[in-house]
Amino acid sequence: MSGVEAARRGLVARIDPAGHPLPLSEAAPGSAGRTGFWRTHRPVLEPARCVGCYLCWLYCPEDVIEMAEGAGPRGQAVPVIDYEYCKGCGVCVDVCPTRALKLVEEPIGEG
Amino acid sequence: MPARMGLRGNEAVAYAVKLARVEVVAAYPITPQTIVVEKIDELISKGEMDAEMIHVESEHSALAAAYGAAVGGVRAFTATASHGLAYMYEMLWWTAASRIPLVMAIITRAIGPPWNIHVEHADIMSTRDTGWLISMAENNQEALDLTIIMFRVTEDPRVYLPGIVGLDGFILSHTVEPVEIPDQEAVDAFLPPRRQPYTIEPGDPKAMGNLVPDEYFEELRMDMHRSMLEARRVIMEAGREYGKLTGRDYSGLVECYRCGDADTLIVGMGSWMGDAKVAVDMLREKGLRAGALRLRWVRPFPWEELREAGLGKRLVVVLDRSISFGHAGPLFLEVSSALEARPSMVGVPAGIGGVDISYEDIARIVEEAYGMVEERGRVFIPVYWYHLGRFYRLSPGAAPPEAVARAAPGAGGGGG
Ligand code: SF4
Ligand code: SF4
Repeated sequence: MSGVEAARRGLVARIDPAGHPLPLSEAAPGSAGRTGFWRTHRPVLEPARCVGCYLCWLYCPEDVIEMAEGAGPRGQAVPVIDYEYCKGCGVCVDVCPTRALKLVEEPIGEG
Repeated sequence: MPARMGLRGNEAVAYAVKLARVEVVAAYPITPQTIVVEKIDELISKGEMDAEMIHVESEHSALAAAYGAAVGGVRAFTATASHGLAYMYEMLWWTAASRIPLVMAIITRAIGPPWNIHVEHADIMSTRDTGWLISMAENNQEALDLTIIMFRVTEDPRVYLPGIVGLDGFILSHTVEPVEIPDQEAVDAFLPPRRQPYTIEPGDPKAMGNLVPDEYFEELRMDMHRSMLEARRVIMEAGREYGKLTGRDYSGLVECYRCGDADTLIVGMGSWMGDAKVAVDMLREKGLRAGALRLRWVRPFPWEELREAGLGKRLVVVLDRSISFGHAGPLFLEVSSALEARPSMVGVPAGIGGVDISYEDIARIVEEAYGMVEERGRVFIPVYWYHLGRFYRLSPGAAPPEAVARAAPGAGGGGG
């Protein structure tokens, strides 16, 4: 499979009608590749500590946090992280005011 | 009726930009380019041209702004020279690899230090590998015509690459010549509405310049190469049609002056090739069958034209107005790659930093090279520097470099 085909499938680039490959991507999940592969540590939620403040959702630079309304043990909103694209930067862990998120080392050889 | 006016080269470019209905110009002033944008500003302020002029704080921003406008879907233009071009260099790559058509004028000038505002080709030749088309004007008329043609060629879907129009600092940029300005209707008939591979607009987000697999990157680069090769045909078509509309044919990527029956060719680009034609006439009067071949385009490189022109020639003298330190003049390197027939070749860097070179100098250079061929049979001398009436052999592999070679035939000893 050529790079162009791979690129098209992963939505990382576009071909213009005249046939030129372009350094362009549509706004779509994965337009920068499977960033989940980059992760050495993953953020893991302890739902009981979460107060549903949305800060992790707001600060995540990859936009991979969705808030699940009412899904917490006290009916609060809690973050759901898409580990396919979470790059493990730890920003969410840093901004969480209640330490509900922790960085846990990824086992080597999995990802 | 086309108007005939006395114009400096820079003004000729400005009129071409107006006729091409450019909508955004972004530039930062640098000698000897400044008049291009001053004139465009004047045309806008008088209401003769309907465009937005963006005054930016650097050349990097100048091309970035023009590029942004072009990506947004309008015809855009910038102009620079020398240090300005050096500062802009990164954006050259962004524009070309984004496949965004855009036209820039480079008013060729030496790059310091020491400070020098005069003509040299080191600046324009540093753009060769960036994916821009590169043309070089011999006179002010051609500066105007090539600018208009460049918009059409760069916006052709077979090409979709930006383009540079080069004109020699001061020799053209500040010298008044009679220039015929085509009718707006003729230019409108020649230039279709802008085409480009995509636009980035509010409401239709796209990411540009993202990380891609290496294989894809390589394919993108080689598509630029393929498009540049394809540009040759597009230039010929556009040049022919421009000729039909204006009477000035630009179908050739090179211009030949008395090449056909010549056994000695002078090859070069830019304004001094006008002097080379005078030198050809002088040499012919003396019985030396010379001809002049001028490269109107450097990218795409007129490989086939040069290969053909080199057939049956005894000697090819390449004039270079810059040098690739440690090797030879860039044009010599390019031209020698195309001359499969392997005539004698002499590369002559001269006129660097604006040192005056007259048609008499060019005739002397050719006579000297011809004399060596007569003496020794085939010669191949990549660097035979001509400086103030003397020649200096500074070719790679020729150890040790001779400090002073010989005085030019007919030169009075000169300085040096
Ligand atoms: S670790 Fe980084 S990428 Fe992953 S969810 Fe947290 S902020 Fe987002
Ligand atoms: S920042 Fe912490 S407390 Fe706030 S929503 Fe995210 S996990 Fe819950």
